Amino acid sequence: MMRLPKFRYYSPRTIADAVAIRSDAGPEGAYVAGGTDLYPNMKRRQQTPKVVVGLSRISELSRIGEQNGRLVLGAGLLLSNVENDPRVRAEYPGLAHAVSEISTPPLRNMGTIGGNLLLDTRCNYYDQNYEWRKAIDFCMKTDRQQICWVAPGSPKCLAVQSADTVPVLIAMGARAVLSSGREEREVAVEDLYRNDGIDYLRKRPEELLTEVVLPAANGWRASYRKLRRRGAFDFPVLSVGAAVWREDGKVTSARLVLGGVASAPVRLSAAEAVLAGRPLDKESIEAAAAAAAGPSRPMDNTDFSFLWRKEMTAKFVRSALADLV
Amino acid sequence: METFPDILPAEPTRVHVGFQVNGESVEVAFAPHKTLLEVLREDLALTGTKHGCELGECGTCAVLVDGRPVLSCLYLGLECAGRRVETVEGMAPAAGLHPLQKAFADLGAAQCGYCTPGILLTAKALLDANASPTLDEIKEALAGNLCRCTGYIKIFEAVELAAAWTRGEDAEPRKETLYGTDYDESGLLPVVNR
Repeated sequence: MMRLPKFRYYSPRTIADAVAIRSDAGPEGAYVAGGTDLYPNMKRRQQTPKVVVGLSRISELSRIGEQNGRLVLGAGLLLSNVENDPRVRAEYPGLAHAVSEISTPPLRNMGTIGGNLLLDTRCNYYDQNYEWRKAIDFCMKTDRQQICWVAPGSPKCLAVQSADTVPVLIAMGARAVLSSGREEREVAVEDLYRNDGIDYLRKRPEELLTEVVLPAANGWRASYRKLRRRGAFDFPVLSVGAAVWREDGKVTSARLVLGGVASAPVRLSAAEAVLAGRPLDKESIEAAAAAAAGPSRPMDNTDFSFLWRKEMTAKFVRSALADLV
Repeated sequence: METFPDILPAEPTRVHVGFQVNGESVEVAFAPHKTLLEVLREDLALTGTKHGCELGECGTCAVLVDGRPVLSCLYLGLECAGRRVETVEGMAPAAGLHPLQKAFADLGAAQCGYCTPGILLTAKALLDANASPTLDEIKEALAGNLCRCTGYIKIFEAVELAAAWTRGEDAEPRKETLYGTDYDESGLLPVVNR
């Protein structure tokens, strides 16, 4: 039986207490919300925190409400609650769809929206049990070896950004609220990530993601498309989040974001620029899709051939934009 | 009574946690890093809940916590404090079977049976929330429960049949499901070739 390593578990009721316990624990600590990402990693001994700070009893984190026309989602909301929330479904169907594509219904009853944003990066050489990794002498992400087995010449870890909500949240311009107990700061979701498979988050370890803030839902629409082997249940190995702002039938601004092709989400600036000032039609979509393929540089460390994933990029960008016509 | 301290004592070897299992209040002492799956099987001797992949990929360990299916292999026992847990042992009424159990038995929707407890509970949560699910809704609800031998068709049909029974309809299993498409109308002879 694959058991969790031993740890001390805390279940604070307030954000301030959670941050204090997590700060005290230093590098030995970890937050856990739903546990659907952390616990499998702990069972495989990819991470072995000695202090685990459970967030499920902090009621502040499960609020949902409006603030100046923006919809504020508590980071502790279960994915199934986000997916089935009437406001999310009606006003943010692109996000509701992305959430419904995450793992499976029982896991969405456990996992949280905040947990999905902060999902660990994934790699075929990392998401394996201890014995498997030991047999190839570990990799730099588990800190036993200074080597990346995906590209042995690589100075940095190439594990892949794999969270479904992130591309669409960045596309729609969502923001994240981080709390360090005494103070809060709000950042664009886009600015949470760094293209490094190990150090993939631009937040201090003890900073707690408390809210995800969705912009007012007018003048734009967003969509999400995901490539995976099994329609029922798989991480994305290529994903596209798209959002398009329109006035008088013409695109005033567009954002296109790829997931699953690097350690951070990838903005497709060239493809976005192609759409500006044009109607969203077959021609402009084709042009944007053609411009999207270049920046997609998947590595050979997920399911499917990386060359095929790259080839699929234009098709998936086309589908994501076609959803918005 | 508060059974779940905010902050655990230093290096606890065991924690006492109170919760409800299949309608009964229980208080269990276990190591704090144990999952609900381990607590159910090892501390409460409820071995109906199966352990499969133990990483959240197969769904055979699904149980209901406060009425919602969760995977007990990734759910800490500690997190159950004050909550309501239902396992397959609690599905059947005092006499007889739950309609889902009867439909699964009648239709042969369990071959080796290892995935069955998780599927029964996940399907129960679906039917509790939606008395008339469509086939697509059934497929979506069961998307996290892998079956590697029976095949999903009989499972989906068993859920449809149980839903019909629960609605009070006088439904019967489809003959094609029971006997395949080559069955003999008289029911007396097996027909091999048409």
